[in-house]
Amino acid sequence: MAAVSQLQRQFIEYTSSLYNEGYLDDQFTQLQKLQDESNPDFVVEVVSLFFEDSEKLLNNLATALQQKIVDYKQVDSHVHQFKGSSSSIGAQRVTNVCVHFRNCCEEKNLDGCLRCLQQVKHEYILVRNKLEALFRLEQQILQAGGSIPMME
Amino acid sequence: MGLIAISETPLHVLAVDDSNLDRKLIERLLKTFSYHVTAVDSGSKALEFLGLKDVEKMEKISPFSPNPEVEVNMVITDYCMPGMTGFELLKKIKESKSLKDIPVVIMSSDNIPARINRCLEEGAEEFFLKPVRLSDVGKLKPYLSKNERKTTEEEECVSSDNSRATYNDDHNDDDDDEVEASTDEDEQIQMLRKTIEEQCVLNDNSRAMHNDDHKDDDDEVEAWSDEDEQSQRFSKDQSC
Repeated sequence: MAAVSQLQRQFIEYTSSLYNEGYLDDQFTQLQKLQDESNPDFVVEVVSLFFEDSEKLLNNLATALQQKIVDYKQVDSHVHQFKGSSSSIGAQRVTNVCVHFRNCCEEKNLDGCLRCLQQVKHEYILVRNKLEALFRLEQQILQAGGSIPMME
Repeated sequence: MGLIAISETPLHVLAVDDSNLDRKLIERLLKTFSYHVTAVDSGSKALEFLGLKDVEKMEKISPFSPNPEVEVNMVITDYCMPGMTGFELLKKIKESKSLKDIPVVIMSSDNIPARINRCLEEGAEEFFLKPVRLSDVGKLKPYLSKNERKTTEEEECVSSDNSRATYNDDHNDDDDDEVEASTDEDEQIQMLRKTIEEQCVLNDNSRAMHNDDHKDDDDEVEAWSDEDEQSQRFSKDQSC
């Protein structure tokens, strides 16, 4: 059906743009490879865990940086977790900010840390929106009776 | 002919990671290779599962005995965990008479050469950089053989195992002090590394490839001293 192939084309273009613009890296492709008939929702499940972790970590980071005496080890520990989970799903831009964030922690640079927090929150929201849009597109394709194109 | 076909029980891997996301990931990766997986979120839970309890607790309750119900063919653990690190878990396993032959693999999101070497020297079979991939898990097959070790590559590993064991005996009490190794010790470590690399089938190539893939990591494989300083200055390597 014309509608399905149009949606599939949209999907391919959208996915490609996410990789080209650095929102996602190869790790996301690795996740998709792990999805099959016996694990049909694997990617969504893993990404949902990432969303949950991220919201918690962002709150923890905000709290930690608001303390009168900032415990940079604690802040770094949260960023380390954030770096880990974002790299586990291939959210490259989030991971990159985390790398910079860790440097600010090491330098005990409060301004740097606060700026990184804003940045990482921004990048997280962006990738979250993009992934949600991607999943919606997938649903539309499936509901129209089509199959999700494999991205190479 | 009278031969009974014995169905192979799947190999059992114990995965240890405090991140639920990473646990889910490693479990899925391992299951792709048809391993049976138990995933726990801490080193102490791992030891409990393996039947190795607190010495103090044990003496009060019962004499030590490994859990007879459970057979674990491999432990794969994250390095950075609150409480007991993956390195500490590795040590406890290798120090236990009943558990020391279980192959242990360490995973870490930080690419710190000193850390990698410390783990390998303590007896870890492999060190994977996170995110772990299918190709990494594919490398675990030789370590998971239940059969008698008779293959050539395993024979080659035996002599380096011995030298590794000797090194461990000599350096039993070293902890973070290892990181501040003197030149002599550095040389020993270098030689040991060389021995292990030459005599064992360690896949340096795929680790290098993995490093390339992780080029956005903050610490590339650079000079040891830089990495050592960095990890010392900010935190003892044990606490991530």
